[in-house]
Parts: sequence; structure tokens; C-alpha cells
Amino acid sequence: MRKELQKYFRNDKLPHIWCPGCGHGIITGAVVRAIDNLKLNQSKVCIVSGIGCSSRAPGYMNFNTLHTTHGRALAFATGIKMANPDLKILVLTGDGDCSAIGGNHFIHAARRNIDITTIVFNNSIYGMTGGQYSPMTPKAAFATTAPYGNIDRNFDLCKLAQSAGATYVARGTVFHVPQLIKLIEKALKHKGFSLLDVVDICPTYFGRRNKMSSPIAMMNKIREMSVTVRSASKMSEEELSGKIVIGEFHEERVPEYTEEYAKVIEKAQGGN
Amino acid sequence: MHERVEIRLSGSGGQGLILAGIILAEAAILDGKNAVQSQSYGPEARGGASRAEVIISNINIDYPKVSNPDVLLALTEEAMLKYKYDLQQKGLLIIDSGIEKPEDSYKILQVPILETAKNQVGKIIVANILALGVLTMATGIVSKESIEKAVLERVPKRTKELNKKALYEGFKLGKTQ
Amino acid sequence: MSKKIILMQGNEACVEGALAAGMRFFAGYPITPSTEIAEISAEKLPKLGGKFIQMEDEIASMGAIIGASLTGFKSMTATSGPGFSLKQENIGFACLAEIPCVVVNVQRGGPSTGLPTLPAQGDVMQTRWGTHGDHPIIVISPSSVREVYDMTIRAFNLSEKYRVPCILLMDEVVAHMREKVELPEQSSIDIINRKYLNPSMSVYKPYMDYDGDGIPPMMNFGDGLPYHVTGLIHDISGFPSTNADVSKDLLNRLMSKIYNNLDDILEYENIYTEDAETVIVSFGSTARSVHRAVYLLRQEGFKVGMLRLKTIWPFAHKAIKKLKQTPVRNLLVAEMNFGQLLETVKASAEGAFRTYGLNKYNGELITPQEVINKVREVAKHA
Repeated sequence: MRKELQKYFRNDKLPHIWCPGCGHGIITGAVVRAIDNLKLNQSKVCIVSGIGCSSRAPGYMNFNTLHTTHGRALAFATGIKMANPDLKILVLTGDGDCSAIGGNHFIHAARRNIDITTIVFNNSIYGMTGGQYSPMTPKAAFATTAPYGNIDRNFDLCKLAQSAGATYVARGTVFHVPQLIKLIEKALKHKGFSLLDVVDICPTYFGRRNKMSSPIAMMNKIREMSVTVRSASKMSEEELSGKIVIGEFHEERVPEYTEEYAKVIEKAQGGN
Repeated sequence: MHERVEIRLSGSGGQGLILAGIILAEAAILDGKNAVQSQSYGPEARGGASRAEVIISNINIDYPKVSNPDVLLALTEEAMLKYKYDLQQKGLLIIDSGIEKPEDSYKILQVPILETAKNQVGKIIVANILALGVLTMATGIVSKESIEKAVLERVPKRTKELNKKALYEGFKLGKTQ
Repeated sequence: MSKKIILMQGNEACVEGALAAGMRFFAGYPITPSTEIAEISAEKLPKLGGKFIQMEDEIASMGAIIGASLTGFKSMTATSGPGFSLKQENIGFACLAEIPCVVVNVQRGGPSTGLPTLPAQGDVMQTRWGTHGDHPIIVISPSSVREVYDMTIRAFNLSEKYRVPCILLMDEVVAHMREKVELPEQSSIDIINRKYLNPSMSVYKPYMDYDGDGIPPMMNFGDGLPYHVTGLIHDISGFPSTNADVSKDLLNRLMSKIYNNLDDILEYENIYTEDAETVIVSFGSTARSVHRAVYLLRQEGFKVGMLRLKTIWPFAHKAIKKLKQTPVRNLLVAEMNFGQLLETVKASAEGAFRTYGLNKYNGELITPQEVINKVREVAKHA
């Protein structure tokens, strides 16, 4: 780790709890690098998480950090941002935390367009509890609760976020790190609800169950399967099957929620 | 006055009886008395027979519900039939002229509340305020001054004159008996 | 000096009290019979520069007020039975992470959707043990509109002082009735704010008992040193620990900050208990019926009194203990449920009294006549 990045970590809390080969550290590192590149005021950054492997990340990061209940990070984060819009809010969450138990909070935070950057550590599995399928587990993949193969259809979180009203939507991967850092920077600079779906690897639970226990093999698979948004636009649905489309999907300027509420305050006070 | 007077105002949902109950309670407070107002909520409050209840007392009001009303006002027959069951034997029943007078031993005051509101005042919507005028004159539970003040403080500015007229028509109807 | 005397609804008084106490954040979700609290907050908060948000559900509302409280805002949510059930997990978070907040529960008939528009007192045990695990909590219950105002202020004060969620346990009757009230001047109201640590210090341990009173001082997110808050059992630095001593010490401190301050937290009212043979224990709107019954029975010469609990949890064992030094022989617990408080009263009585329950759970307030009948029946047994 570069020396200038050390101040962003709680070095006494390391080593982390993640398994060897886990991609969570890569995303955590990318988040910190993006924050450093943007020179955000450390004491004004607030990182909120739910429950799961990824939600442990804030504990290692030297900011105002809040490790909440399962799926509820965005609800807590909404309260923080509403109360103090000067704080820069990030939500670090997993695919299960965000899209299953937290799905309702996710679509409503997106709908409000509240200025929160949500970064999903999407490893397609519940890691903390030992490898159960999540709403992001691909169909036919194996998990401890899908011993015969998963029959659930999986969410495309980017499409879900965009249709719910998120105003910045992108997907990165733990393989394409320089791009990931850039995407996080873009998301952080965006005024409004931003969603970054980060395709991540869990060799311990997803890999082992799905004949890919080597992190290198999983990384290679991400590299092989990834196509850019631009290339994807020229590909047929058949060609896109199983592919990971990465890059920016959506960006728009829409009034941000706490700014809108500031107008409510103005109106209410003017009406006195 | 009695230590505790219980009043039930009833009619159909939308006749403004809850507002009337609030105004009556506010008038009592202006008279320096204690008052508690409550109402039915939920499906019952949306249509059909609806009610508001007011307790007025010179002393502290503990039990906040009406158990044996001293006065029942009914603007519709449905409301009267539904809510007169526990009216005190010596109680006063105030009903609109459109209601068939029941064969009961209560003191009954039957006056054309709805008709007067519609034709004399010009708007049926103020029947609730007119009814308060009738009730004030017929019972003396609250003073005329206080009920007028309470009405004018509660109703929208542009309807003040209309409501005042309704209240005064009510005073007249209440006094003729 | 008093403000003017007005007719006010219980739910309205709750908001007025909250604003007087310094509430500047409210997150809620509509549910009968608490909805007016959200509606009035939505109107009044922005006028004071405060914030209101209607969340997607009660779970989110509870999360949002905890988040807002961490930035230093006095925060409140209001709900009723079904919503109160949904809030439980995050209430537990606030208990463990020691985040001050006020949760109003306007009780209606249950279980499940139950009787949405009708009163009940069936959440007594849920307010104490609704969230999982041993945890501290303070629950107070008003009987009149003026008391709703006063107790909402008190709920904020207790919550801020002890860094614990405080539940204002109302019922549909108290919430919806309008009553004559005379509100005090703001300047005459005692307001307690949470303890803060000097943000300029170089190390902040968010759960260190700096003052030795069991209540660690707080620091707002964004005001100084970064720190960590978690729903996991944590050490004094706020970071997760599974160490047996850390777990034990934390839970001991959480409990003792409440149980070492019972004299401050417990409030109850004795009426005619000195010479009473039968004392009726009640709270909330039921206490009003009991008061009427006691008044009427006394006129008939019955030696009857009442104990009204204003603090429901922690339970006022000392109030029961004091009755042991009086001629009281019978305790009658009147409540709109199957006897939730009765069980605790029985345990507290330790056989010193005959205990009876007067229970009603049909969506109607217990009437004075029902109390009178029960007292007569109890007197016959004696």
C-alpha cells in the first residue's frame, strides 16, 4: 500500500477477516484511492454498510463509519444525509444485503435521487453465512441452498437501479481496477444517487461450488467475459449471454433530494 | 351547570360534525370550562352514520368517553337510530325535521336544520354550524358569545359571514321552542 | 406565565412536545392511529429548519432516525403495532450502539392488523422485549393530552441523558382525543442534551466511560475524529469483539446505566393509597377510567386507591414495595390486554397482596362502571 493511503485505514484493525483470494480488498482499495484522488475531506466522509462480508469493509476504513443492520444501510444513510447534507455518504454493501433484504430501501433511495454513492460488492453469493444463493446468483449456478442448481432468475442491478431512478449507474469489476477507480470517482462526483455494481469474486464459496476454486481462474473468467458498454451495444442478445457488460450505463442531472428539501424549508419559512 | 355534560353530535359522514364537536369544545374552553372531544375513526368515519362526542365540565374530566349522553343531535335518521340507544331518559334529542319523530320519552326538539341551512342561509354545508346555534340556545351549555367566537376562529376566512349567518339562524330555531 | 389555553389532540401535543424538546428530524411511515404525528411533523419541522422524511417502511424510518441522531439531530419516529413490530431490529441497534432517539407507539388492537382504529394496551411486553437479546430500554406512558406533551419532552430528555431509545407508549384514546391544555412557556421547560466530548481531542473512544457514570459522551459524525459504530458487540473503541469479558462488561454497563438511575427514571402517581384496602394499578387512558371509578367508589365509602404508572419500563418495583407498608390487601391491575402488566405486578407483589386482573381486549376503553364492578367483586372475596 502506498504510504499516503495509510491514513485512510485503521491499520490496527488489520488484517481483515476476508478469505485469501477474496475480491473485497480490491474494491476497498479502489474506494480509498478514488477518495484520495478526489481529495475528499476525510472527516466529512461517512461510510455506511449493512451485514455481510463486504459490510465489514468500513471497519477497516478511517472515516465516520456505521455498520448497521442487514439490508438497512441505505435507510441509515438516508437519515444521515438528510440531517447533514454536508457529509459525503458512501454505502458499501453486498449483493444479498443490497438486492434481497435491502431491495426496498435500494429502489426508494434511487427513486429519491438522494446524494449517496452505493457500491455493491457483487460476488453472487452470501459469503458470511457460508455460500447460499443471492438474487444476483446466476441461474443454474450452485450454492449450499441450491444444491441442484439455482432456478431463480438473477437481477441485473444496473437495470433495476436505472428504472428505479438512480441518476448515475455503472458496472466495474475487480479485474479492471484502474477503470474501477475512475468509475468510483465519477460516482462520488455525481450529485444524486449513484450505483456502482462491482463484479467481485468469492473463491471460497462461489468458486468452490462452481468448479472455479482458484481466484486466478475466477479473475480470468471476469476478463474473458467482460465487454464494454460500447461493444455490447453492437452485440446480439445471444452474443451477450453470460457476458459482463462494464462501464457507464446512465448519467443524468436531476434535482437532488436534500437540495429539494432545502427548498421545502425555504417555502415553509417564507410562508410564515 | 352539571358537573359533567355529555353531548353526541351525529349525522352522515361529510356533514362536518367532527368540526362541530371541536368548535363546541373550544367554545366551552372559552367559557372557562373543561372539555374533551373525541370521534369515531376508520370506516365508520367515512360515510354512513358518523359521530363526534364532547364532554364539558366545570371540573377535571377523567373518563373521556361519552357513556350516557345528556344531549344527542342527529341530522339523519340513520344516525339517530344508531346513536340514541344510551341517551339519558331525561336527555334532550335534537333532530332535523326530515327525521321521523321517534316514540320515546326523551325531550325532543325537532327543527328544520338542513332545510334552513339550504334555503335561508343558502348552503347546506353550514348545517353543522347552524345545528350548533340550535344546540347552544336549547341547552345553554355554552354561551352565545363563545360559540360565535369559536366558530369564527375555526372556519375559513372567506366563509366567516356565511357561517355567522348559519349560527344566528340556529339561535333563532333553538329559541322558538 | 402560560401560553394560551387551547383544545389540542394527543398526537398534536406529541409533536408540540417534541419540537419543544428540540426534535429536528422525523422519519415515519403512515399508520393509524399515529399518522397525525407524521403529518404535523411534516408541516412544522421545515418551519424550524428541521427535516421530515416519509420513508418506504417502518424499518427504514427507524434506520433513518438513528442515522440522523448520529449527526447530532434529536430524532423521532411514530408508529402503531404492526409498524412497531417492524422497527424492532433497529430499535435493538439503537440500544446496543447507544443512539438517542424517541419512538412513539400509539397502541391499537392486535395482534396483526387487528383493530386499526380502536384502542388497546397490548404492546406492554413488546415495548420491553420486542427486540432480541437483553437490552436496556425506557418506556413511559401518558394519560392526558397535556401529559403527552410533557412526556414527549421527557422521552427526549431520558433518551439524550442515558443514550437509550425511549418509547412513548400511547394508546388510541389519548392520541386521538382533543382536550383542553395549557402549554408552558418554552423558557420554563427543562431540556437535557446528550453529553459531548471535546472534538479537538486526539483520540476518541466512543464507548469509553470517561465520566464513570456508565454513559459515554458522544461526538457527531462529521464534527471531529472519525469513529466506528456497529451493531456487533464492541469494545470501548467501538470495534467488534468476541472477547467474553468485553461482552459481559458492555452488557453490564448498558443495563446498569438504567438500573443505577431508577430514582430519576421511575415516575408514578399514588392517589388515595394511604388508607386503601384495594389499589388499582393502571396506566395510559385506562387510568382515567380508574380515576373516575375511584372517585365514585370513595363517595360510597369504599377504601380504594390507585397507582398510576407513568414509567412502564423499567418497572417501578419500589412503588409496589411501598404499598407493602400500607393497609392494602388487594391489587387490581386494569389494562386493555390479557394481563401483560399483571404478571409483572404479581412477581413484584411476592405474595404480599391478592392480585387480580381487570382485562378488556375488545377495542373498547375499560369503563368506570367495569372498574367499580370489579372492585366490588374483589371486596367480596376479601
